Amino acid sequence: MTQQGVRWSVDQVLALAPDSASRKAGSKLGAAGPWSGTGSSREGAVWGLCKGSGSTPYRTVVDVVGGSGAAGPAYKCSCPSRKFPCKHALGLLLLWSGGEESVPAGQAPDWAEQWLASRRRTQEKREADPAGSASGPADPEGARRRAERRAERVTAGATDLEERLADLLRSGLATAEQAGYGLWEETAARMVDAQAPGLAARVRELGAVPASGPGWPVRLLEECALLHLLNQGWLRRERLPDALAATVRTRVGLPSSPQGRPVRDDWLVLAEYDRTDPKLTTRRIWLYGVSSGRTALLLSYGAAGRAPELTLPVGLVLDAELSAHPGTGGRRASLGEQFAPPVPTGVRPPGTTTAEATARYGEALRDDPWLDSVPVTLDDVIPVPDGESWQLADTAGDTALPLAPAALARPGLWRLVALSGGGPVKVFGECGHRGFTPLTAWPAGPGNAVRLC
Amino acid sequence: MNTGSPHPPSPAWEDLVTAALLGTDRRTPPGTPPGRNAPSALLDAAAAETVRRRAGLRPGPAAPRPRPAPEDPRPPLPTAAARRLALLLADRPGTAQGGRRGTAPDLIELLPQWLTAVNDRGFAAPPESLPALLDAARARTDLRPAALRFAGPRAPWLARLNPDWRFALRASPGGGMALPGPEETRRVERLWQEGLFAERVSLLAAIRSRDPDAARELLEATWSTERAEDRLMFLDSLRTGLGPRDEPFLEQALADRSRNVRATAAELLSALPQSALAARMAVRAGACVAVDHTVDTPTLLVEAPHECDAAMERDGVSAKPPSGRGERSWWLGQLVEAAPLAGWSARLGRRTPEQIVALPVADDWLGELHAAWCRAAVRQRDADWSRALLGPPSAPGAGGPGAVSLAERAKLLGALPSAERAEWVAGFIAAHGLSEAFQLLGVCAVPWAAPLGRSVVDALNIARDAGSYPWSFSGVMGLAERCLDPSEAARLDALLAVPDEPEDASPGAGGYWAEAFQRLCRTLRLRAAMTAELDVRDAGPCGA
Repeated sequence: MTQQGVRWSVDQVLALAPDSASRKAGSKLGAAGPWSGTGSSREGAVWGLCKGSGSTPYRTVVDVVGGSGAAGPAYKCSCPSRKFPCKHALGLLLLWSGGEESVPAGQAPDWAEQWLASRRRTQEKREADPAGSASGPADPEGARRRAERRAERVTAGATDLEERLADLLRSGLATAEQAGYGLWEETAARMVDAQAPGLAARVRELGAVPASGPGWPVRLLEECALLHLLNQGWLRRERLPDALAATVRTRVGLPSSPQGRPVRDDWLVLAEYDRTDPKLTTRRIWLYGVSSGRTALLLSYGAAGRAPELTLPVGLVLDAELSAHPGTGGRRASLGEQFAPPVPTGVRPPGTTTAEATARYGEALRDDPWLDSVPVTLDDVIPVPDGESWQLADTAGDTALPLAPAALARPGLWRLVALSGGGPVKVFGECGHRGFTPLTAWPAGPGNAVRLC
Repeated sequence: MNTGSPHPPSPAWEDLVTAALLGTDRRTPPGTPPGRNAPSALLDAAAAETVRRRAGLRPGPAAPRPRPAPEDPRPPLPTAAARRLALLLADRPGTAQGGRRGTAPDLIELLPQWLTAVNDRGFAAPPESLPALLDAARARTDLRPAALRFAGPRAPWLARLNPDWRFALRASPGGGMALPGPEETRRVERLWQEGLFAERVSLLAAIRSRDPDAARELLEATWSTERAEDRLMFLDSLRTGLGPRDEPFLEQALADRSRNVRATAAELLSALPQSALAARMAVRAGACVAVDHTVDTPTLLVEAPHECDAAMERDGVSAKPPSGRGERSWWLGQLVEAAPLAGWSARLGRRTPEQIVALPVADDWLGELHAAWCRAAVRQRDADWSRALLGPPSAPGAGGPGAVSLAERAKLLGALPSAERAEWVAGFIAAHGLSEAFQLLGVCAVPWAAPLGRSVVDALNIARDAGSYPWSFSGVMGLAERCLDPSEAARLDALLAVPDEPEDASPGAGGYWAEAFQRLCRTLRLRAAMTAELDVRDAGPCGA
């Protein structure tokens, strides 16, 4: 593995930006002009001085590898920006992505070394004391009592929600159209009070269904029925098999922690995308274990206006340990120790047909009936226009999966169509009852992964 | 995936939806007793049915597939250049941080020259970059020809699927269909006979650029059946590759029914100094201008024509002047403009163009006469006359004797070889500064030749020392960022620091100048890097 090989691509760097203004500002700083004293180390640190408006240049350091527990890059910059990473860090990484000429290998100067050393110390401490603060509360008895109290609250919330659903069904879904959004907002707030964020999110989505266009009564009944199923699952969780009970707990919104042995593998980063609502940005990262063949989901959160901390550039492969969370089919995982910086790779995930993709979704519903979609890689599919919509058609057969309506409005659709040029491509995405959402694609010939999200 | 389910919704599900819509107080689905527990029973049944329906989803039938895009035979873009393209395209207008430009280069402004450089080298665009490229070209019409050439055959293919990019179909005739080659006479014949007007215009232009005679013969074959406005457009395309062999056809067009066609034919003929029309015009114009030897200094005497006869009108002279102009001077201007410049030397005592231009002109005819000669020099692309009419670059600007406006000078410069052009403009800037140079700089070849670049940088330096603000020169600054040779960057180093503010300077100007020079310097470095990236050979796939 050469130093050159570790450098990321422009897309991968720009994906770190918290918003489009930062992207633009960062791009402008990605030229040699304002930079001096730049360098990078074999361990994956990059540093440089950036001339700003003031007399002293800003000192910017990025630890590209991050450390165990805190995956993805860590940043430090002397600028006053509250964006994270700031434009200087982005510009520096862009410069670094350009190769040896712009950011040569070298020894970190003192100011950068100080910060890097302190990061190493924290990390060593964490490794030496894996049982540290995160491993469990000091007071197991108190924790148990708190968990019981929370369960009681959730039970009260679920019972309350059942009442409301029964009222709605008694008077008819047609009334939901008139009731409008307010009713659901209020119910959702009660679920937040009941410490059941999973229920709250589902209730909020119910509120949007009557305005979602033709066929809304069907969708509203489906969502009400699944919410009812979840409430009932919670109220009778003692009688459920362990895995299903864990799924119910996760779906209701109780925190879960990874269980079971960590799996070390070369994890290929398949896709990374953010879902933003006013209070919270949720980042979803799909990984594929090259040896284990497992597909895993990492979640990372950022409070309003901040990008989630965890970032893994699509198309790179990461030698690391992953631990699975219980429930929901065991897909969700947490990132454990990373053994090397992410490196570019030619590996692509193995794919399948459209028929197999839907079959996988059907089977996954057995473990988690609330599942909206499963991760699937499709081999040799062609994007085909179908009226106002698009589908992905098998090259060999005569069947096709429709694209999810939300995917039609994204610019990624046209990148996919352009990449295909009417020919077969490999596409990774999420396949579910709303259709297929393409996230990453690979050309038929040689070439790198193309982000679609 | 509603279209994906092969079976119609089962009756049980439809019953459930109906009951849910109306409410269990009014209706219960079959098998569910009404009462307090009816809603819960309905939801139980609906939950089971929902999961059953979702688990049973299957792919639907495939719609007809689009025809694959034509192959792009060009080699892929080098890795670093593909990365640069992503950066240039990420810098879209509309996300700017306020009005001030700061010290960072304007990336989107560099896209045009990046596209020119990449097209010169004949690389293929990475397919996934096409949507952003087409969006950029959609927003800026000036980018379209280069962007579409770089985008290659996949661009019109995509444009047929996305109406936002329809312009790509208009720009490439036949919706991306390749024009027939010269050897495919049958296809040429058919497209010419049956094609749409736009297709025929591009066909004619394409053939004209390869084989001027073949194009003219094609046009002659159908000439008499074309509509007047089409004839005008077709005739206009003969401008490319105009030569003596076009004369018989153009002579014939002088008798055309349409006045505009006649005028265009006459204009084209007058650009052929050997043509019969040019000879007729030379005789007419020559009769109007003579050297008067009776005074102490030889002086040009001008006797404007007294009438515009039918023969003159047939040769394209327009008889009726625009309002506010005398008809005799109007006719004179047209005669002199269309007469071959080479004839004047013999007519005016074997004088060189310089000597002729230097002669005094009697009775205030100087402006009229020189302006007509300027138009003739531009039309006939005559370097000697252009040089004479331009005069030395240090000569006083507009307002002096023989006043030649900046616009006329810019046109005259176009007839000079590019090195001479750059030198003249450099001299002009050295003498007059930058305030009037913008239009002249625009006709100089990019990158600017060394003397021109130095003269612009010196002039900017002088403007800074004079204490004005840099935005008074933002036009020239922007041009310099795009046109200055990147090797000049080293010469700018001394200008990057914020100078001490002289007392009479505008407040803060020094800082703004330093900022402007920093941006200039960075842009030059960036351009050097951009060119270097395109000349790297790498075997790897693009976009790594």
